[in-house]
Amino acid sequence: MSEQKNLLEVKHLKQYFDVPNGFLRSLKLKAVDDVSFNIAEGETLGLVGESGCGKTTVGRTILQLYKPTDGEVWFDGTKIEGKKTIHEFRRNAQMVFQDPYSSLDPRMTVSDIIGEPLDVHHLYSNRKEREEKIGHLMDLVGLTSDHASRYAHEFSGGQRQRIGIARALAVDPKFIVCDEPVSALDVSIQAQIVNMFEDLQKKLGLTYLFIAHDLLVVKHISTRIAVMYLGKLIEIGPSDELYHRPIHPYTISLLSAVPVPDPNVARANKRIHLEGDVPSPLHMPSGCPFRTRCPRATAKCAESMPELKEITPGHSVACHNL
Amino acid sequence: MKKDTQIKKNPLSLQLDLSSFEKATDEEKFLQQRMRESTTFFKDGMKRLSKNKIAMISLAVITLIVLIAIFVPMFYPYDYGQQLGIVAGQDSDSSYNNLRPFEYGETELKRIEAGEKIFPHIFGTDAHGRDYAIRVIYGTRISLVVGFFASIIVLIIGVIYGSISGYYGGKVDLIMMRIVDIIYSLPDLLMIILLSVVLKQTLTPVIEGTPLGKLGTGMISIFIVFALLYWVSMARLIRGQILSIKQQDYVLNARSIGAKSGHIIRRHMLPNCISVIIISTALQIPSAIFTESFLSFLGLGVAMPMPSLGSLASDALSGIYSYAYRLIIPAITICLIVLSLNLLGDGLRDAFDPKLKK
Repeated sequence: MSEQKNLLEVKHLKQYFDVPNGFLRSLKLKAVDDVSFNIAEGETLGLVGESGCGKTTVGRTILQLYKPTDGEVWFDGTKIEGKKTIHEFRRNAQMVFQDPYSSLDPRMTVSDIIGEPLDVHHLYSNRKEREEKIGHLMDLVGLTSDHASRYAHEFSGGQRQRIGIARALAVDPKFIVCDEPVSALDVSIQAQIVNMFEDLQKKLGLTYLFIAHDLLVVKHISTRIAVMYLGKLIEIGPSDELYHRPIHPYTISLLSAVPVPDPNVARANKRIHLEGDVPSPLHMPSGCPFRTRCPRATAKCAESMPELKEITPGHSVACHNL
Repeated sequence: MKKDTQIKKNPLSLQLDLSSFEKATDEEKFLQQRMRESTTFFKDGMKRLSKNKIAMISLAVITLIVLIAIFVPMFYPYDYGQQLGIVAGQDSDSSYNNLRPFEYGETELKRIEAGEKIFPHIFGTDAHGRDYAIRVIYGTRISLVVGFFASIIVLIIGVIYGSISGYYGGKVDLIMMRIVDIIYSLPDLLMIILLSVVLKQTLTPVIEGTPLGKLGTGMISIFIVFALLYWVSMARLIRGQILSIKQQDYVLNARSIGAKSGHIIRRHMLPNCISVIIISTALQIPSAIFTESFLSFLGLGVAMPMPSLGSLASDALSGIYSYAYRLIIPAITICLIVLSLNLLGDGLRDAFDPKLKK
């Protein structure tokens, strides 16, 4: 994996939001705090974590939908900075949104929705070429051409997500941030969409950052998995290794919560319950953010945030007590 | 085996006979498919509107009034400023002044006796011997023009201002909305009166002889006042809409594909607040007409001899005991226009914005 070229490099990415707190005062909400990772060309990095841990913010900040507070994003050897590179970057990096209902404009027909990226980047020379490209994209995601003149509200969730994917593919990107693309769909449709993501990856050589909270889906699609907790990256490693040999106590408990379809195995597995609640991101605990709930917490954990340390090749964990 | 089960079956048994439940063939399944016609938002709204009787009657009334105001003056034998008693080279004939409905002047009576056909003065004539019916029709035309253009001015300024303020948000929004608050707090009538006095002096030499001169400074100051003051409520409305649409995922989606702000406002935000725009414009027209009539009534509107419904009502006041119909006719016309536009506006609101329905 290491010999492959890194398509995307995220270095010390920080995204803080100001939250108004009384008159003319505000608190810093550290949605993403010092996150670094690389994604190699053609691989899928799964990003998991519970609600509100900053997964979506990471995705959106990488795509420069939010201006990063600090840190750098490098794409294909270029640093993303300034209007020009951002505009160029958006031809190569796209996003598929979580909610297929709110992410499509209700006043636009399917062909306009899919054609909009083409319009924005002037990717066709005449109307006929535009129609052809839209037809090709719809074909790619399994929609038929008679859907083109319909409105998004006339489709089911799975079909809408296909429209969203076709739209993301319109500019022929190299990299797609999939922001919980299957969480809003029911299970049978989830499988179809996940399989479609895999097919498209093979066919078009795409690279994904796949954000989800469903660990089974992430394990299925990802080459590597990264785990986030309260805006920090706590463990990252190859999919199988992380799944079978999790090291960070948070990852262990997270994986123990995955439902197993076999009741005998499920009974044998011990669910690890964490004490307490997730601390408010406005009042983060000192040192390691997980220490308030960690069964292994020591005095050192309150002092400093552990660095990501490589345990086995490609598998890094941020914990003092290994 | 099969025969056995058939024999054994109790006649009172409720067990179903599976043979009567055949699987549908593909052809039959296809026949069961029903696709709803793909409709646009606009078509959908028009469909709902056409079911609203009151709105449709109002629409018919407005259409009728508009058609009369546009086409009747083209064929009408009298002109709104023509004093029938005054013919070049002759003494003025006072028999034409203050005619009652369907009465004729002296020279006209003679011509009728000679066998000529004369178009009747349906509403009689006014104190200067001008045909009243054409004056009312012309006044309606002026009122409608004012209502329409004033609303368009309000629409354009309000939409641009509101969408910029809402889209950029933050400090831009704060400053722009404070300006709106200041304008909102100005007493509009006072502003109109002051402006028309000031503009009368400054504008009169400028517009002399141009088509605008015919309208008079009063009219122009009404337009200017609308442009300066009345857009604020529209701007606030649009800003509110834009603020809520800004939070929608499809706007973020448009940004993620690299769309510029202008593109997002035009392609995503305005189409999604079009219902609010249609509705408030429809409700703005009657209020503009009302303001115009009211100002003309006070003598601040159109310049003589051009009539407007307000100035006609105002003129009629002097003869109210003998010629009450001269007040009633323009008053009823104003009522009809304003009422039916308001009812149509309500109908549009119900049809295009079902959320607002009580």
